[in-house]
Amino acid sequence: MSTSIVKDNERSALATIRRGLSLTPEFRKGLAVTLMLAVVATVGKIIVPIAVQQTIDSGIKNGTPDVGYIVQAVSWCALAVLLTALAGYLMNVRLYRATESSLATLRIRGFRHVHDLSVLTQNTERRGALVSRVTNDVDQISTFMQWGGLMIIVAFGQLLVATVLMFVYSWQLTLLVWACFIPLMIALPRFQRWLSSAYTIVRERTGDMLSAVSESVVGAAVIRSHSSEQRTAERIDAAVEGNRRAQLRAQKIVAFVFPLTEIVAAVAIAGIVLLGVRLGLSGGITQGQLIGFLFLVTLFVSPLQIATEVLNEAQNAVAGWRRILGVLDTPPDVADPGDEGVALPRGPISVAFEDVHFAYPGGSPVLREVTLEIPPRTRIAVVGETGSGKTTFAKLLTRLMDPVAGRVTVDGADLREVRFSSLRERIVMVPQDGFLFDGSLAENIRYGRPDATDAEIALALTELGLADWLDGLPAGLATPVGQRGESLSAGERQLVALARAYLADPDLLLLDEATSAVDPATEVRLARALEGVTRGRTAISIAHRLSTAENADEVLVFDSGRLVQRGPHASLVEEDGVYADLHASWISAARS
Amino acid sequence: MTNKVTSAVMRDGLRVLGVAIRAEKLVFTAAVLASGLYGGMTVASAWALGWATENVVLPSFESGDVTSAALWTGVLFIVGTAVLKAIGVAGRRIWAGTMQYNMQARSRRDVTKQYLRLPLSWHHRHPTGQLLSNASSDAEAAWAPLAPLPMAVGVIVMLITAAVAMVITDPVLALVGFLIFPAIAVLNLVYQRRLSPLATHAQQLRAEVSEIAHESFDGALVVKTLGREELETERFQNRAHRLRDANIAVGRVRGLFDPLLEALPTLGVLAVLAVGGMRLSSNAITSGELVQVAYLFTLLAFPIRALGWVLGELPRAVVGWRRVQDVLEASGSMEYGEAELKGAQPATLEVDGLTYAYEEGREVLHGVSFTVAAGRTVALVGPTGSGKSTLIQTLVRLVDPHEGVVRLDGVDLTEIAYGGIADTVALVPQQTFLFDDTVRGNVTLGLRIDDQDVWAALRLAQADGFVSRLGDGLNTRVGERGTTLSGGQRQRLALARAVVRRPRLLVLDDATSSVDPQVEARILTGLRDASATVVVVAYRMATIALADEVVYLEHGRVVDRGPHDELLTRCGGYRNLVTAYEREEAERAAIEADEEEEISA
Repeated sequence: MSTSIVKDNERSALATIRRGLSLTPEFRKGLAVTLMLAVVATVGKIIVPIAVQQTIDSGIKNGTPDVGYIVQAVSWCALAVLLTALAGYLMNVRLYRATESSLATLRIRGFRHVHDLSVLTQNTERRGALVSRVTNDVDQISTFMQWGGLMIIVAFGQLLVATVLMFVYSWQLTLLVWACFIPLMIALPRFQRWLSSAYTIVRERTGDMLSAVSESVVGAAVIRSHSSEQRTAERIDAAVEGNRRAQLRAQKIVAFVFPLTEIVAAVAIAGIVLLGVRLGLSGGITQGQLIGFLFLVTLFVSPLQIATEVLNEAQNAVAGWRRILGVLDTPPDVADPGDEGVALPRGPISVAFEDVHFAYPGGSPVLREVTLEIPPRTRIAVVGETGSGKTTFAKLLTRLMDPVAGRVTVDGADLREVRFSSLRERIVMVPQDGFLFDGSLAENIRYGRPDATDAEIALALTELGLADWLDGLPAGLATPVGQRGESLSAGERQLVALARAYLADPDLLLLDEATSAVDPATEVRLARALEGVTRGRTAISIAHRLSTAENADEVLVFDSGRLVQRGPHASLVEEDGVYADLHASWISAARS
Repeated sequence: MTNKVTSAVMRDGLRVLGVAIRAEKLVFTAAVLASGLYGGMTVASAWALGWATENVVLPSFESGDVTSAALWTGVLFIVGTAVLKAIGVAGRRIWAGTMQYNMQARSRRDVTKQYLRLPLSWHHRHPTGQLLSNASSDAEAAWAPLAPLPMAVGVIVMLITAAVAMVITDPVLALVGFLIFPAIAVLNLVYQRRLSPLATHAQQLRAEVSEIAHESFDGALVVKTLGREELETERFQNRAHRLRDANIAVGRVRGLFDPLLEALPTLGVLAVLAVGGMRLSSNAITSGELVQVAYLFTLLAFPIRALGWVLGELPRAVVGWRRVQDVLEASGSMEYGEAELKGAQPATLEVDGLTYAYEEGREVLHGVSFTVAAGRTVALVGPTGSGKSTLIQTLVRLVDPHEGVVRLDGVDLTEIAYGGIADTVALVPQQTFLFDDTVRGNVTLGLRIDDQDVWAALRLAQADGFVSRLGDGLNTRVGERGTTLSGGQRQRLALARAVVRRPRLLVLDDATSSVDPQVEARILTGLRDASATVVVVAYRMATIALADEVVYLEHGRVVDRGPHDELLTRCGGYRNLVTAYEREEAERAAIEADEEEEISA
């Protein structure tokens, strides 16, 4: 069973890029034309040196310039410049369209795939890291493709055409120029490593700073009630200072590397003058060519100046690619059989567990040898202490996870063979933490059934006995719930989550301590309403209240991962065992 | 955008730059001097090349001979100007960075200090995401123009030097420069102006895409259990496509202006060659001077764009700066008095006529009054939304009531010196918050408390068992917002954090809701022995029964107060709420009895 996201560091950079590109056909389409336009745009760079050489050599014949020739040559050059600019424009637009389209596709596929991964796999990573796989990581690829990647092509093109033209003018001077620049080129990867590690530290320090600031905001109430402002401020100051130092350190490396190229270029120019003059004396080069050479050297400067940044971006882009591919290459361990799977007909559901075992990867068993049957239309209560395996039972029944051994069936079909669309329609769980999305109350309840009208939503709330609560809200169904539902109280969030599941109209409703934060009077009202609306359906409640267990047709008692007792409350309470003990503690908690 | 608004933005932008320059005078001066060196040396390097052409290259071709002195002087000029220029560049970058990062760090420190100073009521009005971006991206945006600012100043030096050099060389050639360079500057300014709103829009969408992913992955359980993956993907796709279109729009503007900005100086050099050819034929200039001017054009083409960068960044900087400023200028920080609270005995608490509203006209507390004698335990009971949590917040002075007074040992909370309340009162809130720190750090919050006392507090909170089973005991890090622990475990750590301070008043806001009833009972029994006055919000009968007295709230008003038994008999609402389970059980028993009778009949 694969449970954590693939850490693909084995694959080489090239293989990563190849695989990444194979996933984005939009990028490859028309790439040849775009590259050709890039080459044309690059040729524009050598127009100036040629024009200078032509002006000096051909235009200045014996000290008397041929103005007609110069103007003609310059005009042709100007036309060429405009054409290359046009090529540059077309290339840019094509490149942006291709990269943005392909990366949007990649982003969306990654997002979808994260949702297809099991809860178990998702939980192996912090939420922020998971989010960044479909946001920042993709952004990094896009920055590289639109700037760095293009720069690599332009820089190679620029160095190539400059070198070719140099060779035409003088091979000796060409060797000289390369001899000056080669040591710098050899040193570049080392500079890039410095820079890359400096930037890594900057990112880490920025992360530290953000989490320090975030604690001061999210934990505002705790900080105030314990007067720990001073300590918090010190922590933040330290993080801010760490971030500042890291940024400055990276800046110093850039400040050192960047102007180095200028010095090397100046040395090359001085060398050209020294050697060129001697070559000129022996007739190996014309004066125009020599001066053209001086201009050609400037073409070496900018590619090398930005090379460290470009290499750095390339590295980031490959890392970004690895991370997004890591998601896409992780097979969902709880896979949807899709159209080949069984579709269950609607109607009351029966459930069976056949010798089911479950353990978290690398952990000890949390559920052992569970065998049970739940006939259709029964009302089941599941009880047990914290850690007894109740929630695991619920997760296996809703196929959020698959058992390590044994099988779970619904209406006789193995859960693994039931297509998700059918499964999610028929079995709905209400988790303890009623997560709400930032939006209105209606939007959140409609999440259970996207085509429900406001009237249907209001009706659902009424059926659940929550009409009074709805009337008390300032804007009724339009009340905004805030981020993660934080404008509502914990109890109110649970009410919304319950209404959402009820509106989805499942055949089996599974409540995992779904009303634990609601006040007793409301909870009793809800329990009664649920009793009515789940009549004729199968209902399973993970219970923390005596009344739920008493109301159930049958109680399942879990202890240390095993199903230890089952039967109606009335008979279980008479037996010696776990249930009787639980019952006694509930009684004392409720009545002492 | 009208011109008026733009000029206002520019004026504010210049003011922002002024603030930074005044704050970092020395660094700025150093950066500008370095940048000036860079500017001057850029022009000088063109001059050196022209000098070498005129005095070394051309004479040697003409005379077939070369003087070694001139040759080496040329080499010295070329390499010397380059080295000085490189020093200028390095200095400019380092000092510009120093200035930018210093200002960023300063804003971040000021903003977060202000967060810590402002009252909780201010925090309630501002979403978390906004406060985070004020301290991170807004502080960054506000000072972003500082990076290219010294270069822009250097470029101005460069341009003036170049203009003088060109006019001296040849006024006619200089005219070409006077046409081309302003054109580049203007074109770049237009570019930045057009790009800026598009880039901001793309940035906004990028944040939205990230928000959707965050929310959707956070709610993964709901998405899965309701089978809404497709719907969520559509929602994400929608925004991702808008981001794509926004980025393509940015690309179109870049795609147009970047080649134009490359082409314009090249055309300038070509114009110099054409005009220069004519000037050469009329012997107004020498070939060396022509080379010098042409070379200068190629050198100036790039740096001149720095002016556009500064001006282009200004609108974004102004927005960031205004947001930071809004935080810094927010008023309403809590005022503290001078009174000290002394003594080790349980505190007395008096609440007198409290009224509080989050929004005008919608009061959540009306004239709430009650007293708690030293060492007594009072339960606050009321239905969901009756104002219990708000009342709790006023008791520990997280918020100040609009009317009424809270007194500790007879002293008005607003008259107590800073820190005095925290030393006396400990609150365990409904929503537990743990810091990304060790178990010990989360319990002590930086106070010097020895491990023995920490363990004693953990024991009282029934947390010693699971903490001792954690890998590193007290040194175990609990991770991002305590996500490695269960809800009940987090609540118990929060409780330990409160009791370790030996508070004289302990306030529990439904603080054991995620704890098993059996464990809760043990905790509450333990708390009875801790010598403190206790105010507890609760639903469970077991919790309420431990209280000496109950204060029953409905819709923000105290409906009744007194011992549990008395309230049960005389207060209908209270009875209704706390006996809900029992009544339900009784009713069902009755129905069952009826059914049995029917069957037997």
